[in-house]
Amino acid sequence: MKKIATGNKAVAEAVKQVVPTVVAAYPITPQTEVVEQVAEFVTSGELKSRYIAVESEHSAMAACIGAAITGVRTFTATSSHGLLYMHEMTNWAAGARLPIVMANINRSLGPGWNIWAEHTDALQERDTGWLQVYVSTVQEAYDATIMAFRIAEHQDVLLPVMVNLDGFLLSHIMQPLDTLETGDFIPPIHLPHAIDVENPAAYGGLTGPDQHFLMRWDIERSIRDSAKVIAETEKEFAKRFGRKYGFCENYHCDDADVIIVAMGTLGKEAEVAVDLLRKEGVKAGSLRIRWLRPFPDLSLLKGKQVVVIDRDYSFGRGGILATEIVAQTKEDVYSVIAGLGGQEVTYEDIAGFVRNRAIGNELWFGVNAHV
Amino acid sequence: MFEIRIHSRGGQGGVTAARLLALAAIHDGKYATAAPFYGAERRGAPIVSFVRIDDKPIRVYSQIKKPDMVVVLDASVMDVVDVLQGLKAGGKVLVNSQQKKEFSGFSSSHVDLTGIALKQNLVVSGSPILNTPVIGALAKMGIVSAGSAKTAIQEMFSDERNVRAAEAAYQEMSA
Repeated sequence: MKKIATGNKAVAEAVKQVVPTVVAAYPITPQTEVVEQVAEFVTSGELKSRYIAVESEHSAMAACIGAAITGVRTFTATSSHGLLYMHEMTNWAAGARLPIVMANINRSLGPGWNIWAEHTDALQERDTGWLQVYVSTVQEAYDATIMAFRIAEHQDVLLPVMVNLDGFLLSHIMQPLDTLETGDFIPPIHLPHAIDVENPAAYGGLTGPDQHFLMRWDIERSIRDSAKVIAETEKEFAKRFGRKYGFCENYHCDDADVIIVAMGTLGKEAEVAVDLLRKEGVKAGSLRIRWLRPFPDLSLLKGKQVVVIDRDYSFGRGGILATEIVAQTKEDVYSVIAGLGGQEVTYEDIAGFVRNRAIGNELWFGVNAHV
Repeated sequence: MFEIRIHSRGGQGGVTAARLLALAAIHDGKYATAAPFYGAERRGAPIVSFVRIDDKPIRVYSQIKKPDMVVVLDASVMDVVDVLQGLKAGGKVLVNSQQKKEFSGFSSSHVDLTGIALKQNLVVSGSPILNTPVIGALAKMGIVSAGSAKTAIQEMFSDERNVRAAEAAYQEMSA
């Protein structure tokens, strides 16, 4: 049946399809209707999950960790300051190799108190060992959430996955949604190191200087391996359900002279800017980065002029996406900082960034100075 | 792409009207997005919501600046908000009103949605429900088909008074 849903509702619908054993969440601003909708599904009996309403986001992640270590499927959702408050526990979730899936509604960080779209919240979790995917439509939010469970729980990965949706722009917008019967697309979870009362073992014990780095390396090894698992999962998803995804969404990049790189809804708006620029005779393309961790191969940017739009910033360094791209391609980009705290950025604005590009410079949109 | 801006006051159902309209458009085989203004909503305060309808998937997320049509669910917001702002030349204006309002350079329509809601006793917490009758009026204007409008309303509301109110608006709608 044709449905219409917000991004929040789409994530909840995906959770209903995948049936985590435990959902733990803290329902207060900047939390969204994701967990409210999941709670309604649990209350109505449509979703047979144990729903734990905890007293903070730190506890939400701790409860997911406690549940996940018994070998069951877990889910939570958060946003902005809620995500930052769980930061200690997000590190623990990845370090303990627990395939927790979390939806994060990307919102700015205060002060000033804002709650509009920004990616800095999730990017401050960049180095925790979580896999991160950024989506751009309601349908993609649903599909990515479903695939997140399969990827996280794969034996070659066993790492948590964060599905990121732009605050308001995607979380609260209504678009068509096609829900799925996923069948055996999501196999039963098997955690090889699950707590087993028949074979007692200690967790979280002291790991000395001769061992700790091996655990760190093991995370890195798995996150590298996850690239193959992601590719396989997305291929199988396309085969079964007909919708194709990849590490990036390539829109007219192949013959482009200049490529706009962005994440989330800005990456979709950029496609409209590409259409506009091509009518003017500018050979533009758009590369929307979906997976930030593992970081994709961006070799197609080689030799092209690149305009990176960052809805985030690392103070004292630069746009986080731009910095990552330059580190890989070893070529300068035009770095545009736009959309912070929900700042309105239209496709016409994006076309303007391309027309006025100054490779090697940084532009703060609205401040309108190359700095 | 056809872009619509809906003006109302918080609590009058402007966001639900946008959602119903988008759902009806999807039933017509089109693509649609419905979005509230992204901010804090307060009961009684003037608010806007947006609907985009197109034959292709919609990739624009920024706010509608130059709508093809403006819908005013509460005529009193016109005292405090320039509802015509950015409206394309020759664009449509639909106002919930007993009287026709003329807007120079635009195509104006009116329908007494409040009267229709009251007649159907479609009142929640003392406020007449305007979001279902307005879909009937929009169907009459050809924005969505009457069949899809009815399906959308029935999917979202079990109370048949909503469909009756939409049908009444469809009948009473004056061009």
